[in-house]
Amino acid sequence: MGLMENRFEPNVLTTSVDKIFNWARKSSIWPMQFGLACCAIEMMAVLDPRYDMARFGAEVFRATPRQADLMIVAGTVTEKMAPIVKRLWDQMPEPKWVLAMGSCATCGGPYDTYAVTQGVDRVIPVDVYVPGCPPRPEALLWGLMELQKKIDKMHVIRKGGAAYDFARQQLAPSERPAHTGPALRAEQAAQLAAGSSDEKTEA
Amino acid sequence: MADEQEQKPAAKPAPAPAAPPAKTKDEVLADLIVAPVTAAMPGAFLHAKEQFGEISLYVSPESIVDVCRAFKAHGFTYLVDLCGSDYSTFPAHAGERFCVNYLLYSFKQNVRIRLKVFIADGVSVPSVTGVWKTANWHERETFDMYGIPFTGHPMLERILMWEGFNGYPLRKDFPIRGIDTGARIYPEVFPPGGGPKPGSTGKAHGDVNIWDGPAIPYGRSPKGEVPEAKQVEAPQGSDEGKADA
Amino acid sequence: MTQTMLNLHEMEISFGPQHPSTHGVLRVMVKIDGERIVDAKPIIGYLHRGTEKLFEAMNYPQCVPHTDRMDYVASATNNQGFVGAVEKLLGITDQIPRRAKLIRVMLAELQRISSHLLWLATHAIDLGAMTPFFYTFRERELILDLFEDYCGARLTLNCMRIGGQQDDINAAWIQKLNDFLGIFDAALDEYESLLTMNRIWRKRTVGIGVITPEDAIDWGLTGPPLRGSGVEWDIRRAFPYEVYSELKFEIPIGRNGDTYDRYLCRMEEMRQSKKILEQCITMIADTKEGDLKAKVSRVIRPPEGEAYFSVECPKGELGYYIISDGKNQNAYRCHVRPPSFVNLSALPDLVKGHLVADMVAVIGTIDIVLGEVDR
Repeated sequence: MGLMENRFEPNVLTTSVDKIFNWARKSSIWPMQFGLACCAIEMMAVLDPRYDMARFGAEVFRATPRQADLMIVAGTVTEKMAPIVKRLWDQMPEPKWVLAMGSCATCGGPYDTYAVTQGVDRVIPVDVYVPGCPPRPEALLWGLMELQKKIDKMHVIRKGGAAYDFARQQLAPSERPAHTGPALRAEQAAQLAAGSSDEKTEA
Repeated sequence: MADEQEQKPAAKPAPAPAAPPAKTKDEVLADLIVAPVTAAMPGAFLHAKEQFGEISLYVSPESIVDVCRAFKAHGFTYLVDLCGSDYSTFPAHAGERFCVNYLLYSFKQNVRIRLKVFIADGVSVPSVTGVWKTANWHERETFDMYGIPFTGHPMLERILMWEGFNGYPLRKDFPIRGIDTGARIYPEVFPPGGGPKPGSTGKAHGDVNIWDGPAIPYGRSPKGEVPEAKQVEAPQGSDEGKADA
Repeated sequence: MTQTMLNLHEMEISFGPQHPSTHGVLRVMVKIDGERIVDAKPIIGYLHRGTEKLFEAMNYPQCVPHTDRMDYVASATNNQGFVGAVEKLLGITDQIPRRAKLIRVMLAELQRISSHLLWLATHAIDLGAMTPFFYTFRERELILDLFEDYCGARLTLNCMRIGGQQDDINAAWIQKLNDFLGIFDAALDEYESLLTMNRIWRKRTVGIGVITPEDAIDWGLTGPPLRGSGVEWDIRRAFPYEVYSELKFEIPIGRNGDTYDRYLCRMEEMRQSKKILEQCITMIADTKEGDLKAKVSRVIRPPEGEAYFSVECPKGELGYYIISDGKNQNAYRCHVRPPSFVNLSALPDLVKGHLVADMVAVIGTIDIVLGEVDR
């Protein structure tokens, strides 16, 4: 991968390679076992013979983050648990995705209290949100399929990784910055300070 | 539907028989279930009540361990529950603020009794871990939630909240959304400049910043507006009236 | 060789909070000497959501869905405990119609079977046996279908109301229940054929996590951990609620107080629950359809007082202690006595001297649900 990164302009002859990589990645997503609360039981129900996640290639739930692709945050993330969630996410190798399952992981759920983080996206970036309390197993499978659609749009031979691609696609081509990271954010901050009447075209 | 106002008089059920008059303190103390212990230590029991078939004895804090030992010797070998309660907003409550409730059960008599110990803020209660081993975690939880210290406890630490949590959650003056978010005590999680805004609870949307620098929603809003950082003051009083669906 | 050369110190490892076998976010700091456990200290609170504080902020009917989420594996019994406690405060326990009581008992026993099936699946999978997971979840899906037909939800049921029930059952539901009970005995025999006489299973569970009856009572254990040690005690017999005083069922108890006995207790409890369900089906035919709720006003404001009410949930004695101040529609204090919290506190005593791999067996046999431990 290192040899081929950033050597190609977009849309040049990499589409078939993209397709193969994306197909391989989406057909064998290995989730990490991260059941926190009630949604974990519905996550286990997705593995059972009726809803069968194995037909999506995702039945191999790894116990360790180092071998997993997908972190299904199933359940309430409390403030005590949040730094551990962050540490586990850091330990996952790229490409990695996060699926926030249930309303507690999405937005804190029914618990607007002193001990609950209002959504796991406060500590880690989330790719797919699956609402419900708890979501039915079919809903989790829907979330998995949405994630597969997202993976389909990835360009693997590109600098910045998965998150960069998704964010880029939301901006019009003329708006795409040539760089990323702190320099980009400084530029944006300067733009906002200068005049917030700049209309950015919506994707 | 069970709407009392709309019922015709003929359809109303027979009114429930008048409740028997409440027993006096001495009648309760003389009840056969607790008599052997209450007769032996009369000075320890400040009050007694019976309600819904349950006997509640109000015990003075100094003698709680002796009372518990006596009850255990008398057959109450099982401590069902030990919890605290804060009576500061209880209407017409004349005693101390906190109460520790002990619920005991006797296998031989198949009956439960409750002991209540009222103490003021900051006063500690002797621990009954030496009487029943199960009191260990219950007392830790009461300390964690109310701040009631237990003397003689082998390891009195917070159990449900993390070390360094600010406040005692179940007290009536602790707001339900918290005072500050615990993520503040884990600075390594957030990059420099990120994290919960000082003075905020961390619960509102604009309160937490997981990137470094000012909060800029990257690629989300077409105008790229920075949400107004609301200055959240320390909340006054508790959020009791807040009904959550 | 001297001690310093060999560096024979005890090692302290952190078991969790993210671990495949801890049934949720439980952390155990284990001090080990080689493979032997010297001490184990559970650290909980990773799922503390402030439920008891929320109970003080919501009125009584609004609390019922929150009780579901504490012991999320067995939510019907959670509901039963809470509504029973409020009904005790209101003094209407005798006015609940018989049909509503029977429906509650049926839901609770179905929930007991479902919880034990999940326990068996996770316990077996922790010890390396993956097949029971698929078999038990197959039957569990049938039970969840029944729940879904009744109240619309599979897991967090919110199926009971203060004063009775809100939904009725019909002949189709009873027929489906009968179909399930028809195949259930054979299914239980299937699971037992996989595990009960299995040499590997017996080697991993016999003699592991032994606790004497006196210690069990001192630690406050309830449910199968207490009954596995030989103490015949069940809330359904000691303080009968709903219609349990009329039902004929046995309470299985163990002899040695080890993991294998607790396993056998739970398997037998499932068979007894099946018996209870069969009796309820015949008993409910005599009740009037639609008679489901006692006369309860819309605004539930119990008089001043405090009450404790407990039910036998699959994990043990689940109790609700509610203090009402007589003026508000929300509880002044609602404390939950969670069986898993108390059962888990005995963990250090149960695992001392065992091997590290037995820690997993002991955590599985205590059958904890972190939602209940932390609330």
